[in-house]
Amino acid sequence: MAAPAAKQEGFYDCRDAWARTIEDLAESDPRIVAVVNDSVGSSKLGGFQKKFPDRLINVGIAEQNMVGVSAGLANGGRIPFVSAASCFLTGRALEQVKADIAYAGFNVKLVGQSSGVAYGELGPTHHSIEDFAWLRPLSNITVVVPADSWETAEAVKWAAAHEGPVFIRLSRMPVPDLAVENRRFQPGKAELVRKGHDVTIVACGTMVHLAVKAAEELEAEGISARILNMATISPLDEAAISTAASETGAIVTVEEANIHGGLGGAVAEHTSANLPVPIERMGFPGFVPTGSVEWLFDHFGLTASGIARSARKAIGRKRG
Amino acid sequence: MLKNDIADTIREKALWMRRRAFTMVHDAQLGHPGGDFSAIDIIATLYFGVMRYDAKKPDMPDRDRFIMSKGHATGALYTALCAAGYYPEDWLKTYMQPQSKLNGHPNRNYLPGVETNTGPLGHGLPVALGIAIAGKMTNSDYRTFVLTGDGELQEGSNWEAAMSAGNRKLGKFTLIVDRNRLQQGMGTEETNGLDPLDDKFRAFGWDVEVIDGHDVGALVSALSEPPGGRSKPLCIIANTIKGKGVSFMENKASWHHGVPNAEQYNIAMEELV
Repeated sequence: MAAPAAKQEGFYDCRDAWARTIEDLAESDPRIVAVVNDSVGSSKLGGFQKKFPDRLINVGIAEQNMVGVSAGLANGGRIPFVSAASCFLTGRALEQVKADIAYAGFNVKLVGQSSGVAYGELGPTHHSIEDFAWLRPLSNITVVVPADSWETAEAVKWAAAHEGPVFIRLSRMPVPDLAVENRRFQPGKAELVRKGHDVTIVACGTMVHLAVKAAEELEAEGISARILNMATISPLDEAAISTAASETGAIVTVEEANIHGGLGGAVAEHTSANLPVPIERMGFPGFVPTGSVEWLFDHFGLTASGIARSARKAIGRKRG
Repeated sequence: MLKNDIADTIREKALWMRRRAFTMVHDAQLGHPGGDFSAIDIIATLYFGVMRYDAKKPDMPDRDRFIMSKGHATGALYTALCAAGYYPEDWLKTYMQPQSKLNGHPNRNYLPGVETNTGPLGHGLPVALGIAIAGKMTNSDYRTFVLTGDGELQEGSNWEAAMSAGNRKLGKFTLIVDRNRLQQGMGTEETNGLDPLDDKFRAFGWDVEVIDGHDVGALVSALSEPPGGRSKPLCIIANTIKGKGVSFMENKASWHHGVPNAEQYNIAMEELV
């Protein structure tokens, strides 16, 4: 599969945090099992497999069966973590996710690996930029998009303890740990990464650290940008969005996903009905052309300077 | 209890289920009576002759599980669960009514005794497989039964699960195929043929038994665990008749989701005795 971005000092692949955490949890809770579709390596579950060979269920390349089996495992009292490339887990098995997990309400955790455009040159068949739009309307599934290694570990721990379906969307793009003091993972709550009053940048996953850099760029121009790490896409922290809209008057959303129906869509749905403010939605407009992850981010403006540009635009659209 | 007594009990329950299910369909003017009637003897045998469960404790961890993959045949499932004591008969009167617990397809969150939500075809076998894997993993001795339609086997997800079950040698896993040879519009073999179905399952690593799905004695015998258990999953191909028990419904694809008028209802009630 596609090589991840070149290693940068202080940048970490969140899959490592996922793998460490699930191994630790499985150590103390025998109900935890992993379910994969020939995705042990790409899920970094080699260590789990070694420690708990009988608790790793590899159904082979069969995603519909994989998700159905996980519902059955939950019926049998297990706590399954289904780990597979997000594009196949959500796309190929969407009806199983809807009927067997969300509607039936089984205690299953779906972990979408290598999401967004992490597979770069492999193209839109392997990208998972539609997953937010597919999963957001499914009642009962909490959709979590960790921004760094710390949040990945916390989200996995929370999911294991939470009774109900969860989708955790991970990347393979190395990201730095966010510099936020006294962090506490709260599902359904936005994390205030940076205070600001001119504009709010609502970001998730791999985009959050870029938003922070954008805010630094804007600060040099005298623009004060608030950063919200919206790690839970569904249910959305509507209160934080309302506050941002009323206090900053303009919003930029940025996600490594299709702009239709994802984080930007969710924020726009809420504000348009309650507190309409200018919104710039950043992400991908649809299937993307061939290119590396870095090239795609650059091409679609998913960079610090690109986000800063959208912030200026949103501010420029404020009335009066 | 003598085996004949068990068979009599099952037949008695099955008759009650047919009459009650047809009344529900008649009252609601909705339902899938053809598939209800092909499946009822199988389901009655499971609940009143084979399975271990306690209707007062629907979450009992070591209960045997029954997954109704052909979730549209709710007339059969809802009457069985009612007769098994999971809920009072009054509930059946609400079938398909606004906010009823008895939706057109079963929901485990509404109804005790329902193991998983089904309706879209090809979902039950993978879920049942997961239950059977959990049982083996925890050394539990519960058995897992899943009933699919035959047309339903055109869904590829079944074969993903069949392959996996065969490879895992799940001896406490039983699939019953309601082989009535009719799907919604026409025959299975005219649509996308399944024969030879027994050979297909054998090739996937299953034991296979082909029986008359309305012969209660044959059902009890095929569904009972042999001494020493099994080393492979079991597929019972139950040859059935869609609409079984009512002369004008038998083997008619139009009764897949056909509903009776008053005259047809009265004739059926006269025949179902």
